[in-house]
Amino acid sequence: MDINATFIGQIIVFLILLWFINRVVVPMLAKPIAARQKKIAEGLAAADRGQKDLDEAQARANDVIREARERANQIVDQASRRSTEMVESAKQTASVEVERLLATGRQQIELDAARAREELRRDVARLSVATASKLIGREIDAAKHADILNQLATEI
Amino acid sequence: MGTVIGGLCGGIDDGLGRGIATGQCGKAALSLAGVNQDTRITMASEHGQSPTDYIVHHMTHNSVGQGFWTWHVDTLVMSAVTAAFVAFLLWLGARRATTGVPTGLLGFVEFIYEFVDGKVGEIYHGNRSFLTALGFTLFTWIIAMNTMDLLPLDLPSFVAAAAGHEHAFWRVLPTADLNGTIAMAIVVLVLVIGYAIRAKGVGGYLHEWIAAPFGGHPVLWIPNLVLNAVELLAKPVSLGMRLFGNMFAGELLFMLIALLGMVAGEHLSGLLGIGPAAAFFAQVLFGAGWAIFHILIVLLQAYIFMVLPIVYISMAEQHH
Repeated sequence: MDINATFIGQIIVFLILLWFINRVVVPMLAKPIAARQKKIAEGLAAADRGQKDLDEAQARANDVIREARERANQIVDQASRRSTEMVESAKQTASVEVERLLATGRQQIELDAARAREELRRDVARLSVATASKLIGREIDAAKHADILNQLATEI
Repeated sequence: MGTVIGGLCGGIDDGLGRGIATGQCGKAALSLAGVNQDTRITMASEHGQSPTDYIVHHMTHNSVGQGFWTWHVDTLVMSAVTAAFVAFLLWLGARRATTGVPTGLLGFVEFIYEFVDGKVGEIYHGNRSFLTALGFTLFTWIIAMNTMDLLPLDLPSFVAAAAGHEHAFWRVLPTADLNGTIAMAIVVLVLVIGYAIRAKGVGGYLHEWIAAPFGGHPVLWIPNLVLNAVELLAKPVSLGMRLFGNMFAGELLFMLIALLGMVAGEHLSGLLGIGPAAAFFAQVLFGAGWAIFHILIVLLQAYIFMVLPIVYISMAEQHH
């Protein structure tokens, strides 16, 4: 319990250890720790930045996707409208064509009929003339007239 | 309790220093342990010591010199050895310091350093490089010294006996020597005054001695002076005494537990022959329990001795 010269020695031991730790150990530790803390802080900041960039990119990507989807829907709508229109117009064209072909056919038929009638008429005339000339060249026979007339009638 | 025992045994320490053998310290110790001080019991060791002798033996420093110029060789050697060990261990860890991931010993050293540095930063707002070193030194060194208390109580005696000095005194615990703790407290006191003068100037500091805390009126100079003296001296005294008292009491309790086993063993030896075994078991149980609890005290006292000087220095820089 007594205080004696020992404490002087203890002070010296303490001061030597304090000097060593202050001059050697703490500087050895403080600089790398500070540098590491800076590095970690930078790393965290970079991570934050990266996260922010990622969020922004995600938002932009979402925008692009939404836009693309809208455009795609637009295009699909347009295309379906377009196809409906095309089908309609094709139908219209077809019916017009049909009408036209029918008209042409009818005209042709009429034309052919007219021509046939014309030819027939011409044949009747020719036959009538031939018959008449025959009749004129020979004695008129009523019975035979009737014959010829009948023949003519059937021929017409 | 520790202080009471310390006081009693301190008295006997003085007596022993002058070569007078008395039983007062042993009496105090034994009455605490509940053992009749007149019983002279042969110890388990072959020396044939009484419990009083045992306590006295463990309470006596290995010293050289006379009067004030007495040097406690054991305290000086043990504190120097622990200081060297701490310095070497810290250097070994810090040597490999990099900006990368700290591993192994470096991680351990950095953990302590950052713990101390964080505490100092909480208390002191300024350039704290030196105070961190101070706290680091106090914390690590005091832990190392206090840990000596966990060495087996009779280990130094066995080592001494093996070396041929059977009755050599050797107290392994430098912090259970008031010289060891007061030395650190005195350095802290000098630093407190130094920081105060650095912050306020010599004139400002001296002015504070007579003008604070009551006021600058000449009538109040004396009360101010007295109060400041008490306030200033209370710091190192409480600092040194707290650590000393805790470690001294811890050391003494280890001795009493060791004695308890031996003495009870002697008294109970008639009981079916199981007395000594039971006493041995009790001694091991209590000794281990106290050792485990003592780890807490070792760390806590080191922590307190680290934090308080920083608080004192931080307070010394404030203007009143």
